[in-house]
Parts: sequence; C-alpha cells; structure tokens
Amino acid sequence: MAEAMGFGHAVKRKEDARFLRGRGNYIEDIKLPGMLWLDIVRSPFAHAKIKSINKEKALATPGVAAVITGADLVPYKLEWMPTLMSDKQMVLPVDTVMYYAQEVAAVIATSRYAAADGVAAVEVDYEPLTPVLDPIKALEPGAPVIRFDRPEKTNRIWHWEVGDKAAVERELKNAAVTVAQDIYIPRIHVASIETCGCVADWDPVEGHLTLYMTTQAPHAIRTVVALVTGHLGLAEHKIRVISPDIGGGFGGKVPVYPGYVLATAASVLTGKPVKWIEDRSENLQADSFARDYHIHGELAATKDGKITAMKMGVVADHGAFDAAANPSKFPAGLFSIATGSYDFQKAFAQVDGVYTNKPPGGIAYRCSFRVTEAVHAIERMVDVLAHKLNMDPAELRAKNFIRPEQFPYKSALGWEYDSGNYQGALDKAKQIIGYDALRQEQKAKRARGELMGIGISTFTEIVGAGPSHTFDILGIKMFDSAEIRIHPTGKVIARFGTKSQGQGHETTYAQIIAEELGIPEEDIAVEEGDTDTAPYGLGTYASRSTPTAGAAAAIASRKIRDKSRKIAAHLLEAREDDLAWEKGKFFVKGAPDRAKTIQEIAFAAYTNHPLGMEAGLEAVDYYDPPNLTFPFGAYICVMDIDRGTGQVKIRRFVAVDDCGTIINPMIVDGQIAGGLTMGMAPALMEEIVYDDNGVNLTGSFSDYLLPDFERERRGVVVGRADNGWCAGIQREKTDERMCARAIRLSALHPLSAIYHAQRCGRF
Amino acid sequence: MEKVTININGADYSAEVEPRLLLVHFIRENANLTGTHVGCDTTSCGACTILLDGKPVKSCTMFAVQANGKHLTTVEGLAQNGKLSPVQEGFHEKHGLQCGFCTPGMMLTSVAFLKKNPNPTEGEIRWAISGNLCRCTGYVNIVEAVKYAAEKMKESNQ
Repeated sequence: MAEAMGFGHAVKRKEDARFLRGRGNYIEDIKLPGMLWLDIVRSPFAHAKIKSINKEKALATPGVAAVITGADLVPYKLEWMPTLMSDKQMVLPVDTVMYYAQEVAAVIATSRYAAADGVAAVEVDYEPLTPVLDPIKALEPGAPVIRFDRPEKTNRIWHWEVGDKAAVERELKNAAVTVAQDIYIPRIHVASIETCGCVADWDPVEGHLTLYMTTQAPHAIRTVVALVTGHLGLAEHKIRVISPDIGGGFGGKVPVYPGYVLATAASVLTGKPVKWIEDRSENLQADSFARDYHIHGELAATKDGKITAMKMGVVADHGAFDAAANPSKFPAGLFSIATGSYDFQKAFAQVDGVYTNKPPGGIAYRCSFRVTEAVHAIERMVDVLAHKLNMDPAELRAKNFIRPEQFPYKSALGWEYDSGNYQGALDKAKQIIGYDALRQEQKAKRARGELMGIGISTFTEIVGAGPSHTFDILGIKMFDSAEIRIHPTGKVIARFGTKSQGQGHETTYAQIIAEELGIPEEDIAVEEGDTDTAPYGLGTYASRSTPTAGAAAAIASRKIRDKSRKIAAHLLEAREDDLAWEKGKFFVKGAPDRAKTIQEIAFAAYTNHPLGMEAGLEAVDYYDPPNLTFPFGAYICVMDIDRGTGQVKIRRFVAVDDCGTIINPMIVDGQIAGGLTMGMAPALMEEIVYDDNGVNLTGSFSDYLLPDFERERRGVVVGRADNGWCAGIQREKTDERMCARAIRLSALHPLSAIYHAQRCGRF
Repeated sequence: MEKVTININGADYSAEVEPRLLLVHFIRENANLTGTHVGCDTTSCGACTILLDGKPVKSCTMFAVQANGKHLTTVEGLAQNGKLSPVQEGFHEKHGLQCGFCTPGMMLTSVAFLKKNPNPTEGEIRWAISGNLCRCTGYVNIVEAVKYAAEKMKESNQ
C-alpha cells in the first residue's frame, strides 16, 4: 500500500494526469446536444448614445436564431445587474454605451461561425459622446457626470479613509524630514491563457438551470443568480453552477460578466443550451482590469531615518461601474496594510473610487484585495525617503522594521499582525544575493558611467479572508468549507467550497487529509466546483483557499478522528482514554500491537459500529478563521541597464518568502516563480493603454505583451524563509490557525523590487 | 463546402467543412479532440500548437482545408500504449504545469524541438519555446521539464 506523505513533501500533482494527456475538461470542452452559440456585438466608442439597432440583416443570416438587445431585456428587468460592491452594471445598454468594447447586443446561432456572421450583420447607429478618461479630471468641478442613472451628480463613487488624519498632518508639518511622491500603478490585465466563457442549460420543464462557467466562486454565483432572477421564477435549489477545469484565474474569473447573463437569458429564450466563449480581444478589452491606482504618498521621518508618519491618498479608476470584487465593508480592499513592515503609529490613508468611461474592474490580481497596491505604495515611499536621506535602502528598512518581539503587533491602521521576522528575511536575501559586494560593484560601475540597479522590496501581506465578524461578500460570511467522506474500504472523497485554477488543490488538500488521518494521498479524491455536491464556500481568490478551506479539511479530519477513536475502542475492547493516535492508526497505550488502522476503522464504521452509534465515517467543517494571516518576505533584484538603448537585463532576483507551514514545497516554489514573472511584467512591459478617444490600444497579445521564455528573468534563486517564523498552525495542537500561506503569492512585490532597481540604475 | 480527410494521431477524420473553418476547430469539434486549446486567435500564445507532418504549427492560424491529407499529432497522441512520453513525464516530474491550459502546445513544441536538437542548452530551450506563452509557471519549471525530457530520451537511446 502507498504511504501517506502529508506535510512538507513534494508530492507530484494528482491533477497532472488528465492535463498531460489532453483530458482536462475546460469550459470550451463542454458540448451539449442541440447547443447554440452566442457572440457579442461590442461598442466601437468609449461613450455614445445608441440611436438605433437594426437586427434585420442579422436575423436573415443563415444559422442565426435570435438577436438580443438591451431593449429586449427591459421587460424582464435584466438590462442591469447588481455588482458585488452595491453598484449596478449594464448587462446591455438601452441607450448609452459607457466604454469601448462594451456589450451592445448578443447574437445566438447554430455555430460559432454563424454567430460571428450575425454579429457582423447587426447595424448599430451611434452618436458619439465625449468620454471621461482621466479619473483625476473626472473629480474636478464641472466634469461631465457619466453615470446618468445615479441620483448623485458626481463621478466620485465613494470616499474611504482610515487613520488619524490630524495627527499625521501635524507630524508631516513638524518632522525634520518629509518626502512626497506620486506613484501610478498602471491598469493591467490578468490575461489568463484561457479566456472566460460559459454554457447555460435551461430546462423549461423542470425550471432548472445548469450553468457551466469559468468562475472562481461557484457557490457565490449560484446565490447571486438566485437573487437576481428570483422575480423570473428561478430558485436556488434549481440552479446548479459547475466550474470545470479553469485555465488560469488570477482574480479575473471572480466577477460576473454580461456574457454569462446573456447566455443564460438566451438559453431561457431558445430552450436550448447556449455557449459563450470570449475571444482574446474581448477578454483584454472588456473584462475586469487590475490596479489603476493613482497614489500620492508622503512620509515623515527623523533626520536619522526613523519613520514617524505615513499619508497615502489614492484616486482609484474603477471604470464605468464599481464591479470590483472586494469584501463588502472594504471598497478599497485591504489597502490599509500600506503601513507595511514598519513600526510607526501615525498613519492615514484615503481612497476615492472614480467612474470613467472604461471597463469596470479592480480585481485582486494574484494577491489579496488591493494588497499589491499597498505594498508598492509603501515600498516606493521608503525608497524615496532613502534617496532623500542618501541612505542605503536596506539600512533604512532595518531601522524601521517591526521587531520579532513586538508581535502580535497592532498596526497604525488597525490590523493585528500575527508574526514576522522582517530583518531575518532581509538578511537572508542580502546574504544569498551578496548584497554588499553588489553595492561595491554598482559604485565602481557608476564611476565608469555604467548603469546598474539594485532594488529591494520587503513586504507584509494580509491574506486568508477572513474572519466573519469583518469579512463578507453580499452579506455572506467569508468562511470556507470541506466535506470528507471515508468509504468502507478506507478510500476518501473530499469536497471543498473553493475552486483551483492551477494552484494544485487536489494535491495540497489530499496532503492535509493525509497528514491528519494517515490515509495515502492516492486514496483521496478531491472535488471542487459543483454546487450540487460541494459544501457551500466563497471560492478561491485573494490567497484564501489553504488558510480557510485547507484549515476546514484539517478540522473535518479531526472530527473523523474523534469518531474513529470511539470505533477503535469498540473494536479493541479498550477505553477511549487508553488509546493513542499515530499517523493512520489507534493503538492501546503500552501495547502497540493492539492497533486498528484508519482503514479497518472505516470498514467497521459501516459493518461493525458500536450499538447506538450512527453508521458511516464523514464530517463537514465550515471554517471561520480567527484572524487573517500576515505573510512577509524580502525580494532583491539586480539589473544592468544599457545606457544607449535603455534595455534592461535582470541579472538576478532573490525572493525570500515566509510560507508558514509548507504543505508541498514543489507547489510553493512553483507559485513563487509564477508570481515573480507576473510581477516583473507590469514593471517592464504590461499596461492597458487607451487613446484619447478611450479606444483600447492593447487588445491582443501582439500589443499587450506577456513575458515569454526569452523575456523571463534569469538566474533566480528562491530561498524559503524558516518555517519557525510563522506563528500559525502548530500541527499537533488544536490551534486552528492554519497558516499555509503560499498559494498564489502576490505578484507585485517583484514589481517594486524591479522598479527600484531601475530607479537606482538611473539615479 | 469542401471534403477534407485529416489523419490525427494515426486515425483518419473526414468531414465536409466550410473553407474558412480553422484547423483548431476541426481538431476540437469535428475530431472531438479537445486537448488542443485556443488562447489568443493571433498566433501569439501557442496553446493551439500541434505537429503537422512533424513540424509544430499554430492550428488557429491555418484552415482545415490546408491540412487535407496531412498527418497531425496532438497532445492525445503523445502517450504510447498508456505510457507517457519523456516530455509529458518531464512536465509531471518537474512541475512544469499549473492550470494545464498552455501545456499541450508547450509539450508539442518541445517534442519537435528535442527531435531536432536532442542535446540543447538552456538558452536554446528558451529560444525554441519562446513562441508559447504560459501565465502560471514563470517558465522556470518548463525549462526544467524539457531538460528532463532531453536526458530521458538520451538514456532510452543508449
């Protein structure tokens, strides 16, 4: 029999078997009998009145079954849909388009090609309006107000602030040293290699909807669909959302896009299954963006570099609708982590969300909610301060780090950091990369007129949302869940409320159960993504799955162990107190030969359980974490810059990450490597660009440049921080703070380090 | 409509198709082999890479009629008698895939490359596969996977 591996082992991934053979089941692979195709007519203007839409030629196109416009949705009250952020968003516009590539009409046809023909034949007459594109100008008095539907006659969506503004202002006025800097983090796109799509299958007889969909949060979607369509007779027990294999999510598959709603409406209209798959241009031009934060940062410090206060002001471009995916109480996400790894008690942060004529978004792109933005803001400011003080940026950081003995540490903006060894992480990164020697080399090179940059980012994240007293989405608390069933032969099916998009949940979760129950990973099947079978959960995004659903798996396993002890006592004719647990079996203390394995116990649970006990061996847990977790790390990047061409060559990049208890080191390293490359991209190449008319100029992979093999940085050394630095799960204690932090680590820390390296190179 | 017959992984698939039908759609929808994916429509990402008479091509940028009478290999044709090919094995052993969406194209490009260059340097591997995009892995482990496959193929040839 195979052995149970459990934590700390580089178990090869269970999910690989199907992906390597081309047997994955992604959204586009789903085919149903009689299925129709949906394609979308999109706006060529960023802002325009729709004067008329003529469907006639489209309806006469061979294969076209129907054309749906905004006006067609009005009788069903489906032309608008609510967003997660208490705003609403057009499914299709009735008379005004709000951004370039916005959905204007849907064509349903018998094939993908016929649907595209139909799209080309729909005639829309527009009257262009002036678009509002600059979020800062959008806030100026007299700026045209673009959201005609709202009573508030302003482009400001909301104002959010936290901290002691007066105290910070006083400190900035009186401090010996202050620095101020504008920082823009550009609008970027997750650009997962699989785009978004769905197959909606409405059964008019049963009144049942099956929605196959590229979603990172299937249960939340089911509830939203039920709430939005209740007036049309859909009910939650007759809605089944299935999220099949996902070809990369990175936050981009959390929002609800109009295409999903249109396919559902089309299936109801035609009585047939309807498939919608967006193409790459639609994906890049209309789906949710990330970042787009215009930040103004200020720091106050003493002459010798002790930071005393921080102020951050942000104008956040949210596009035409606030369709961000943040917890309800956090319109600016967790930007309040912007005090970073540093010890000072006066801080203030404010964010203004602004409407512009661009697509909506603001997603948690390979990080927790707006944490990348916060990290870049503070790390950039610390470097600006170091530059002003003419101090080594590593030394300035060292001077301001929260020290290990200060944990748990209450941050100036209200978070309780669990643990950290920031100096330890930075020292380790410096040692691996040979920091002091590099500084000397840099000095010599500069003397020769050559450019060489060394960039540092020492970050603190906030992940694992989250405690139910603070975190909810549309009122649904942000717990997550695991359900474990042990079959009579000792094999396991485990189901979760999360949804993997490449993170390797099937392997990681199996290892958690193997660790807790001693059952080999290969005997454990892990399932996610089907709302008819999985326990309710909030899904996978914002680095939350392992700290929430992973913890739920551990606790559900312990519930099973509790029952197993009773069964073992019955089988061994011993008292429960006289039994001890060793991975995979209970034995009588002092008589290790008298033992029952978990497999024997499982068999007995169905064949020979004690009188009066329920049969079966299964448990479910809905885990509500007591706090978030606060991973940290230190990244250092070294680059050479060609003075003549500006070409950047990253020589070396060292990442030291606090990963908490490492469940699978192979997967953790893989996540870090992927995050590094994604973080490099916006520093060096990726940005969504609009022209003066609001037309997206980066609508294909020819223009929106992803890192490829050649552009990817070389010579990376990944050093892992000591596990001991994490105050999280003590494996044998019943401390329930699962602290496996490392799934989809943040992408932008490398951005800061690379950006700093570039800056250092130039100045 | 045009009648085409295309041999994929050793089996003939015949159909009446529109001249504009892309090869990738023939593979996925007529032959029902869904391991070949579409990622970009502009020949940029390489998720749709297949082998056409042994050469890697991006099947989203070719019409099915152009492949009439040709022999294709897709990801479904890599394993032989249930045994993974060295490249597939390398991707598994070296964690060269995460979401798996780019993986079929990545592996087929690697197979063709290693046939031409059985003893590649890291730089040659990177150059060879630079027409395929991956968003999850940062490429580090894909390079390791190709190296693993090269070693494995050398061993089995000895």
